[in-house]
Amino acid sequence: MNNLFKKKDRKGPVLFSEYKPGSALLKAAGMSRDDILFEIKDSGLKGRGGAGFPTSVKWMLTASADSERKFIVCNADEGEPGTFKDRVLLTEYPELVLEGMIIAAYTIGAKEGIIYLRAEYSYIKEFLENKISELRKYNFLGKNIAGKDGFDFDIKIRLGSGSYVCGEETALIESLEGHRGEPRNKPPFPVNTGYLGCPTVVNNVETLASVPHIINKGGDWFHKFGTDKSTGSKLFSISGDCKYPGVYELPFGISIKDLLEISGAENTKAVQIGGASGLCFPESEFGRKLCFEEISTGGSVMIFDRSRDMLKVLKNFMEFFVEESCGQCTPCRIGNVRLLEGVKMIERNEYTFEYIEKLKELCGTMKIASKCGLGQSSPNPFISILENFKDEIFGKHLNHNYDEKGIKKSGISAASYS
Amino acid sequence: MKKELRSPVSQRPHTAEDANGKSGIGSEVGIELNGEKIKVALGKSILDICRENKIHIPTLCYHEDLCIAGNCRLCLVEIEGMKNLQTACSFPVTSPVKIKTFSDKVRKARKHIIDLLLSEHYGECYSCVRNNNCELQTLAREHGIDSYEFGHVCEPRFEIDNSSAAVIREMDKCILCRRCVRTCIDLQEVGVLEAINRGYETKISTFLDMPLADVICINCGQCINRCPTGALHANDPSDLIWKAIEDPRKHVVLQTAPSPRASIGEEFGLSPGHSMTGQLNTAARRIGFDKVFDTNFSADLTIMEEGTELLNRLKKAIVDKDENVKLPQFTSCSPGWVKFIEHFYPEKLDYLSTAKSPQQMFGAVLKTFYAEESGIDPADIVTVALMPCAAKKFECNRPEMNSSGFKDVDYGLTTREMAKMIREAGLVLPELPKSGFDDPFGEATGSGLIFGSTGGVMEAALRTVYELVTGRPVPFDGLNIDVCRGMKGIKEASVKLENCKEEFSFLEGVDLKFIVAHGTANAKVVMDMLKRGELNGYHFVEIMACPGGCIGGGGQPIPTSESIRKLRAKAIYEEEESLSVRKSHENPKIKYIYDKYFTDGPCGKLSHKLLHTGYIKRGKLIK
Repeated sequence: MNNLFKKKDRKGPVLFSEYKPGSALLKAAGMSRDDILFEIKDSGLKGRGGAGFPTSVKWMLTASADSERKFIVCNADEGEPGTFKDRVLLTEYPELVLEGMIIAAYTIGAKEGIIYLRAEYSYIKEFLENKISELRKYNFLGKNIAGKDGFDFDIKIRLGSGSYVCGEETALIESLEGHRGEPRNKPPFPVNTGYLGCPTVVNNVETLASVPHIINKGGDWFHKFGTDKSTGSKLFSISGDCKYPGVYELPFGISIKDLLEISGAENTKAVQIGGASGLCFPESEFGRKLCFEEISTGGSVMIFDRSRDMLKVLKNFMEFFVEESCGQCTPCRIGNVRLLEGVKMIERNEYTFEYIEKLKELCGTMKIASKCGLGQSSPNPFISILENFKDEIFGKHLNHNYDEKGIKKSGISAASYS
Repeated sequence: MKKELRSPVSQRPHTAEDANGKSGIGSEVGIELNGEKIKVALGKSILDICRENKIHIPTLCYHEDLCIAGNCRLCLVEIEGMKNLQTACSFPVTSPVKIKTFSDKVRKARKHIIDLLLSEHYGECYSCVRNNNCELQTLAREHGIDSYEFGHVCEPRFEIDNSSAAVIREMDKCILCRRCVRTCIDLQEVGVLEAINRGYETKISTFLDMPLADVICINCGQCINRCPTGALHANDPSDLIWKAIEDPRKHVVLQTAPSPRASIGEEFGLSPGHSMTGQLNTAARRIGFDKVFDTNFSADLTIMEEGTELLNRLKKAIVDKDENVKLPQFTSCSPGWVKFIEHFYPEKLDYLSTAKSPQQMFGAVLKTFYAEESGIDPADIVTVALMPCAAKKFECNRPEMNSSGFKDVDYGLTTREMAKMIREAGLVLPELPKSGFDDPFGEATGSGLIFGSTGGVMEAALRTVYELVTGRPVPFDGLNIDVCRGMKGIKEASVKLENCKEEFSFLEGVDLKFIVAHGTANAKVVMDMLKRGELNGYHFVEIMACPGGCIGGGGQPIPTSESIRKLRAKAIYEEEESLSVRKSHENPKIKYIYDKYFTDGPCGKLSHKLLHTGYIKRGKLIK
């Protein structure tokens, strides 16, 4: 077997703890659906993709939806820049993900499961398919699973086509249906009207992987880790200027400072939490904690040391959003272009503070007016980097064409540049 | 006749459902709208609620005829307790929410969105075909936009696609509301236009980004009617027409179809449903057209030809037991429909009547019979057709439409373009005196008039066919065949032929079964029935490419909606009831032309040469 798929020596409180394949599945098959739901509810498990929606609520809504056909979809379209934890789970802990899906299917009454695998992970497809065949052999997939009458379920894998926005659950469903990967209007939510119009649970890989441990050791056990509102542990994908980049499982509530220490980062200037759509923190805020009540994240931690130019970092993020916006809704499609233009104006020393403020106001609109999470969160780096690193950025990019009040010395307004 | 909707679930019209997807029809929920407590039907969209309560919500991507998209984000409203603003068009009320439609947040967001759209909208209003009838312009005015807050594009990004004889695409004016996409894919089910690329590079395009003329566009122009800006407009020949009018050697003849007459008033500020026939005649003469004829004359001619063709087919099938005869016979007056069947059902072209459309028949008659009678060289006759239609522009340019040796019709002019010419001439249409049509084709019947509305051709044909066969008028009260009327997508009915004349005794007791469909999505349903053999026993099918028939044509005034189309249809039916002659075969001029010119009668040798045509098996694979 390829070295990639070999289990590394990883340590962690929940996901990377010992697990006997099949054990949670057999236990779940002996439980009632309500009992599983209560266990998940007790655990306080929240969606690991970053939004943090309570998993038990999602499952409960789908379980109670009136439909013959229901789906469980595993969102393995891990596309947030700086995130690579799902890859580790899929290659080293596939049994957790697959069993999590099967337990979810049992709980909500789904007969069909789909893994939406990002196109760049296509090399994992065969490996996962082999795992799925193994599960079929042990009657953990197929008809009357684990000897339970009427518990039929199977999983297939579908590949994405390389679009970032397809990680958004409704865009993912559109893509599954063969349409352009564009987010839908919500409501209706997928729990009622999802894939092919049927009630659908879309869960992140990490969320599903947590389920078998919760079933085995109980919701209370899970609840002991992390903070009050962010229970359990989180996988962090740490990258950038540090000695030991990689995937770490750590309890929720850990501080940025601790993360930097663990990863061997030195001379750190900034940490971007939550990928391109996340927030960027300066040294003064390294004491803040990563959890849903403080800094919500899907697990991406990008470290920048003092040699980095923060305006370049911001430009890179904004270029990413201009390219990855699905192009459907106005605030996101055009808004991101205008923000990138603003960054370029600063780069060329051709800006006014007045116009930058105007763009910040536009960010406010994008956050509340965009159709999906992409446009709602893409202004985050713009706001946080320009705010937290204004001395560096505006100190380096003095504006010779404007006086200190931001008034242009010649007659052309900054807005007319593109 | 149920059809599967192709559109994504999120974009389908919402139904009254509660949060659990259960039907909540009839139940009500109390909400607060701008501080006012009201009760509304469960599941109704905020937009509908606001409209009912006379609150104006700005929209761009929303169109009454289309499914919900929610992508322009202009109809945003604030709902108490929700972090993000919600789109009124897509948000069904299922709980006692508190809605604010013009809070600070909402107004700021809307203004930002308009600013953003303007920052990418190339061109200036005064050099745009939609000046004063542009939804983006109206929104900018409503929201007090007085500067380009986020800049303005100075260079065009796209080439203008003017390859099509009917529809011109200026993508620099496109704001990506995707109404055209939903029109083409969901409403018409043609599927020529779709969004391609992603993010900033998103644009509306055709298959392989080919010119519109080279793809399977049927030229219906419905996308034009629903475009909020000037990104889509018709190929305007009015400069060439002006030139012909100025040329003293040219004898410029205008034929006017009934639908533009019923709608052109809208271009001059009148509410829909005012017939302007008499005023339009005066305007055309003052502009300088040498003659103004009524297309209804050739509509009557079409009925004679098409009706006779149907009887011939019936005779061949019943008497001669000819198995090669194709029944039911499909109408061929709608050029959008003709191109649709050529692309989508080329193997079924034999079912199509070979009769030319009234526009083309008139052109052929003008350049032959009329030229001879009035002693004018047909080379000097310029025929202009005022039509409610974009596809007529393509039709008149079909190479086979020249059986007289000359182009049957030189220019197809839309209602909108005619209104422009009238304005250019400094005329105010509603204030003009009325006048009649010119002879020798000044007389027409009500049957020709009702061609404009869906079901009209069928009604006209039945009046003539029934009477030709039985010698008695159709057995419907006041000749009004109500089953043909109305906006239902597919209508079907039958008339029993009894006590037939001797030469039609083979039809004795036959139940003449017919179907009327409008909009190509409905045409598709009918054609698929034909393919499955479900139309055996049917005799005649009328299909119009545009929703509502010609009154909803792609050349008609903008905006369009079902209520507007109903009012236009009403104007047509009212005008027809006031006419004295209402059956095509009783038109004295029709009798005259068959006596004098087409002497071997309908479907005779000469009429076959001049008044009938053939079709092209185009298929869906282009070049």
